Amino acid sequence: MLRFLAQRLLATLPVLLVVAIIVFLILRLTPGDPAAVIAGDNATGEDLVRIREQLGLTKSVLVQFGIWIGNVLQGDLGYSYYLNKPVIDLVLQRIEPTLSLAVGTITLSVLIAVPLGALAAWRMGGWLDRFLSAFSVAGFSVPVFVTGYALIWLFAIQLDIFPVQGYRRLSQGVWPWLQQLVLPWCTLATIYVALIARVTRASVSEALTEDYVRTARAKGVSETAVLLRHALANAAVPIVTVIGIGVALLIGGVVVTETVYAIPGLGSLTVDAVLNRDFPVIQGVVLLFSVSYVAVNLLVDISYLLLDPRIRY
Amino acid sequence: MGTLHKLAQNTTVRLGAGVLGVLVLLALLAPFLGTLNPAAMDSAHINNATGVRGSFALTGGNSVDHTFWFGSDSFGRDIYSRVLYGTRISLLIGLTTALLAMGLGAFLGMVAGYFRAADAVLMRFMDGLMAIPSILLAIALVAALGAQLWTVVVAIAIPEVPRVTRLVRSLVLTLREEPFVEAARALATPTPMILWRHILPNAMAPMIVQGTFVAASAVLTEAVLSFLGLGLPSDIPTWGNIMAEGRVQFSQHPGNVLFPAMFLVPTVLAINLLGDGLRDTLDPKFAKR
Repeated sequence: MLRFLAQRLLATLPVLLVVAIIVFLILRLTPGDPAAVIAGDNATGEDLVRIREQLGLTKSVLVQFGIWIGNVLQGDLGYSYYLNKPVIDLVLQRIEPTLSLAVGTITLSVLIAVPLGALAAWRMGGWLDRFLSAFSVAGFSVPVFVTGYALIWLFAIQLDIFPVQGYRRLSQGVWPWLQQLVLPWCTLATIYVALIARVTRASVSEALTEDYVRTARAKGVSETAVLLRHALANAAVPIVTVIGIGVALLIGGVVVTETVYAIPGLGSLTVDAVLNRDFPVIQGVVLLFSVSYVAVNLLVDISYLLLDPRIRY
Repeated sequence: MGTLHKLAQNTTVRLGAGVLGVLVLLALLAPFLGTLNPAAMDSAHINNATGVRGSFALTGGNSVDHTFWFGSDSFGRDIYSRVLYGTRISLLIGLTTALLAMGLGAFLGMVAGYFRAADAVLMRFMDGLMAIPSILLAIALVAALGAQLWTVVVAIAIPEVPRVTRLVRSLVLTLREEPFVEAARALATPTPMILWRHILPNAMAPMIVQGTFVAASAVLTEAVLSFLGLGLPSDIPTWGNIMAEGRVQFSQHPGNVLFPAMFLVPTVLAINLLGDGLRDTLDPKFAKR
């Protein structure tokens, strides 16, 4: 078990290194001189030279990468030129809304998608099954922001049940926090529900054709127990896998949803950073999101051990 | 001809291709469908409601009678014209992104699948690329390259390349053991020729299926980038930037967001349906990614 954990951790290191190299190189592609961006229009030649020295731009690319990665490992993601703050401080300020949005969406989606997917597999071809496959196709074709605006229009403007936009911190009370987040959660959950429900349906329906299900039914186990203990338990691995893979979609969705609902999280930080050409922030946030994605999938890998006792590494 | 016949029989393919055909026609015929220049502004027609009629002042002092079927935006531009012209950009981006991602992915996948030495390094690089959520990667690339038509296409295509590469690599790994490839090798056929003449044609069907799904997600991603204000500038109308422009005053004028959406959603749906249909007819073995 420990050996497996160590192996899995080691296996993610090359991936993380490649991610770091890509993130570092992308922003090297930028045409133009970062020193000129920072110095502004009224800078003299001497200013530019000084700023280049400060940023370490005079050193070779390899040395620059080494310094950058060393800083990142110590929790220093660089310094925002535009907002005049360390990137890590900006990230910490903005992390609560993003985590609330993401974790809430995952929870909501799993609670909706897994039972629906399992029921659709149980009565394949029934009305729930047909509704769910139509919903899945639609879920992948309707962009998040369209869903978002449709929900705002219906529930916030026409029916006036929820606030239109904005975010309240948890420290301002659970109820206001919840009220602000219901619509963003539902918006973002549409793609995620589509994704999870489809895989749940496929893997549960496969499990339902297995011999052990027939045996269980033959010896008179109730249908609920067959569905939960026999079929769903055996279908858990692909479901958890798709939840992990879906985090990439979720992160993209978070960026969009935060913009639609004016939530001051990491997504809107990214968008603002791109608009202001604030490259250290873009670098920091992209790196952070990618590392989280890799970490979630590492956890998913480890969870196989708990979900399926047949898996022994 | 057997394959084409089978495709024409498939309802999903017919539906998807039919809707896409209508969209292509709309895109091509946009100038003749009662549209104005999509970038033209008239300050007398700011935020018109849907269906308002009036005369639109053209540059040069002339004016034309015009019906604002979808209303107008806060610059006094006709939304109907912008949405119709936006069809061109969306379809163009979907097609070129799919071709670029398939081209790069096919090349890299063949290299990785056929040359074992390159495989390890290349695939580790692809793993890293896949670990960056695709919209974020596209955002970072647009930030680095600037927003023009070709940079947007490149930025959307690159996150798709690893998936195509993996697909092609796996196909090559099985195809290279086939007797006809062995025979070609025994005849001392040069390796590039083997790849081009024997391996690529046999990998084509699953690649086309994958390419269709790439096109669907490219149309969506372009709309997302534009919507976030990171895509093409608004003098080139795209569905995404029409919605971006309209989002500020969504509660007063929901049409500016909803009309482009009414084109965007069926387009993506049609491409996805086409992909599903192609997969079922061409290549039942390969499930959607």
